[in-house]
Amino acid sequence: MLIRTRVNGAWRAADVWPGASLLYALREHFGLLGAKNACEQGECGSCSVWLDDELVCACLVLAAQAHERDVRTVESLASARQLHPVQEAFLQAGAVQCGFCTPGLIVAVTDLLQKDPVPTDATVREALAGNLCRCTGYAKILDAVRLAAERLRGASA
Amino acid sequence: MVRAAREIEHRRVLPGGEKGCAMHMLLPRTLPEALELKAARPEAVPIAGGTDLMVDLNFGRRRPSLMMDVSRLAELRRWRRDDGTVALGSGVTYTQIVAGLSDCRPLVEASRTVGSPQIRNRGTVGGNLGTASPAGDALPVLAAYDAEVTLVAAGGRRRTMPWHQFMTGPKKTAIRQEELILETGWRFVRGTGSFSKVGTRNAMVIAVASLCLILDEDRRAIRVALGSVGPTVLRAPDAERFASEVLARVGLWDDSATALPPKVLNDFGERVAAAAVPIDDVRGTAAYRRHACAVMARRALAWALHDRTRGTGQPRSGSC
Repeated sequence: MLIRTRVNGAWRAADVWPGASLLYALREHFGLLGAKNACEQGECGSCSVWLDDELVCACLVLAAQAHERDVRTVESLASARQLHPVQEAFLQAGAVQCGFCTPGLIVAVTDLLQKDPVPTDATVREALAGNLCRCTGYAKILDAVRLAAERLRGASA
Repeated sequence: MVRAAREIEHRRVLPGGEKGCAMHMLLPRTLPEALELKAARPEAVPIAGGTDLMVDLNFGRRRPSLMMDVSRLAELRRWRRDDGTVALGSGVTYTQIVAGLSDCRPLVEASRTVGSPQIRNRGTVGGNLGTASPAGDALPVLAAYDAEVTLVAAGGRRRTMPWHQFMTGPKKTAIRQEELILETGWRFVRGTGSFSKVGTRNAMVIAVASLCLILDEDRRAIRVALGSVGPTVLRAPDAERFASEVLARVGLWDDSATALPPKVLNDFGERVAAAAVPIDDVRGTAAYRRHACAVMARRALAWALHDRTRGTGQPRSGSC
């Protein structure tokens, strides 16, 4: 079936199988490999994207449900010259090891800091409860969130 | 009407083909349009947040020939309160509940335990009802509220029934093929309450056992519902009667500072546990689940009584 979706600001069309997930459409039809395909059951958060500005697991959205709607992926965050402050913070804090969970975490952290620029550690833990990382033990990820929050506050001050 | 629906269908049905599996999708934009489509094509499987159905699709467990997206039906994504009642549209998400229904504390507590932010942004109360898993997090709360479920079919024909008539068994409901779940509603309850859930983490957990306790100040009654410990959500009527009567006998309904006789909490817990009919499965044993029910019940009643003694000693107002 033909779907038309605004992906990272540009309207794109694709002929998808009606049972295909948004994740499949993003990766296989639109060539956006940032959202990762892992658990396919909403458990790991590595496919986190925004659907109409809401954080979702792309594996749990039918591609057809994104028809005529707005999708933003991790690829929307960096400009050609500069990484997003959350991405910079992940690099500087050493919050990336194998890197597989990183795009989903970057999206989830960006979503959190848009809503709550000064989150407590408990809020961060709750906000990232749906993003699994099997390498870092999360300590460095929490460091990265604190660093990103500081930078974003500094940038907006 | 059928003819009109076929015309709509013609516009909206888009053929499948990839992966060699014929599957079709309906994308109605309004509730009347969705109901006409459902009347014409009753086999259409509704999909809202996709947190259950998408897993089955991704893993190849289900291949419905026809699905209908109900996530863009604005009519289902609202709630309203009037005349002492709350009506929650079936498309309301758990994120919406947490943000907007803060005075329905047990419901908010249950909603916060659903999955993760990503899941709460998509998962809906209607999805919990439609899937009718005994582990659905909102369901013990609806049972404790004595909620009703309203179904709707083409032409606006509605059927309303109590929660226990709607959920007839594990993953079984009284919904007819031509119907959609419109909303669930309950009488506003004045009094405190809570939701508890046992699992291996604070997030992304399917309940091993769950419990909702509500103190109804106006009717001077305690209500308890249990999840994940039976084929459907269960109430514990014997324990409810026992606790309501003890509170009346010692004068606790009138004076929240009155002490509860020491054995009552334990007795209450045992009676709640006796209402459970759990099984052994991958998430826990029947014996563990029964024990968990007793512990949760004891704590929930203690919390509720503690809530009543706070501040002026008056029960917290506005809880629904």
